[in-house]
Amino acid sequence: MNTSERMITMEVLRYRPEQDETPFFQQFLVPFTDDMSVLQGLQYIKDELEGSLSFRWSCRMAICGSCGMMINGVPKLACHTFLRDTYPNTLRVEALAHFPIERDLVIVMDDFMAKLESIRPYIIADTPRALSEGEYLQTPAQLDLYEQFSSCINCLLCYAACPQYGLNSKFIGPGAMALVHRYNLDSRDSGSAQRMPLVHAEEGVFNCTAVGYCSQVCPKKVDPANAVNINKTESAKDYFLRFVTPKGAGK
Amino acid sequence: MSARRPYVRPMTGWWRKNPFFIEYMVHEGTAFFVAAYALILLASVVVLGQGEAAWNRWLEFLMSPLCIIAHVVILLAFLYHSWTWFNIMPRTLPPILINGTRVKAATITYGGLAAAVIASLIVFAIVARLAP
Ligand code: SF4
Ligand code: FES
Repeated sequence: MNTSERMITMEVLRYRPEQDETPFFQQFLVPFTDDMSVLQGLQYIKDELEGSLSFRWSCRMAICGSCGMMINGVPKLACHTFLRDTYPNTLRVEALAHFPIERDLVIVMDDFMAKLESIRPYIIADTPRALSEGEYLQTPAQLDLYEQFSSCINCLLCYAACPQYGLNSKFIGPGAMALVHRYNLDSRDSGSAQRMPLVHAEEGVFNCTAVGYCSQVCPKKVDPANAVNINKTESAKDYFLRFVTPKGAGK
Repeated sequence: MSARRPYVRPMTGWWRKNPFFIEYMVHEGTAFFVAAYALILLASVVVLGQGEAAWNRWLEFLMSPLCIIAHVVILLAFLYHSWTWFNIMPRTLPPILINGTRVKAATITYGGLAAAVIASLIVFAIVARLAP
């Protein structure tokens, strides 16, 4: 590992709503070592060069999902991307694509928060279970069904990778669908009847045209495209089965 | 009054901004050639119903250099289309379990491609046998 300090140029998209009509790029010369992430580069800028630069972060270890941004045009976690991989080229940082910019690298994520709430991302039991009945039991095979989809950290990289969401933000989108799928697959949950209307809806899964970039950029290997596309089949099944099952029998 | 003034970036030219999206547009574009070939097949059936003379004229047209070039282009587009189609296939399927373990994405892709190759060979063999 190279521990000597080198200088990298970081080009950061700035937007200060009180004074800028439109966003613009500002360049900073940042000293870095091989072990420094893009997030650390931004922290250097904020501490030493430009105190007004705004960005979100918390865990700096790819677990909280706060530091999603466009790095050289690709949605990535800033804490999970090294400066050395771009050096000696200029590294370009922009706010996460497809979301409105609140300020600098901070996006407005109200839309996703509303969607997240709407899908009821928690276990809905058929009959409420008394505490005295103890914990739910689940076999490893039952866990395996949904575990991958439960790794989502709500980082929104998949939304920044989805042109359909960029073109129509009403689309429920990959991350929220991964969570719909995660709870519907859980053997402890009986809430799928409450969630499926969101899947069937006009702004549901059929907005997806299987671009597949969401799954490629996901830092947690959730494969949200898989969740969306399996639910296209589920939705079609629900649609046709209602003609052959007596009213209410399928639920 | 709120000082908030969220800035919405335009989506114009979105597909040119990322190599992944360019490839996506190209492989979606190959669907046009698939549709074109379906129309050629359909036209053949219609012409066949119009009797021998019409059929012979159609065959002659199919063997014109321009038509052969068009077929080569369609074939290439078809090959690329098949590859991208089977490439995305694992993302669209629920997990397939064999003896309790999940079939890998690459296995599904290559399995699909192998099936397509075998089907093509069978069709080719039948046609070769029927050809005068
Ligand atoms: S599915 Fe992956 S990319 Fe999308 S929000 Fe969850 S962790 Fe992030
Ligand atoms: S700071 Fe938490 S994911 Fe990057």
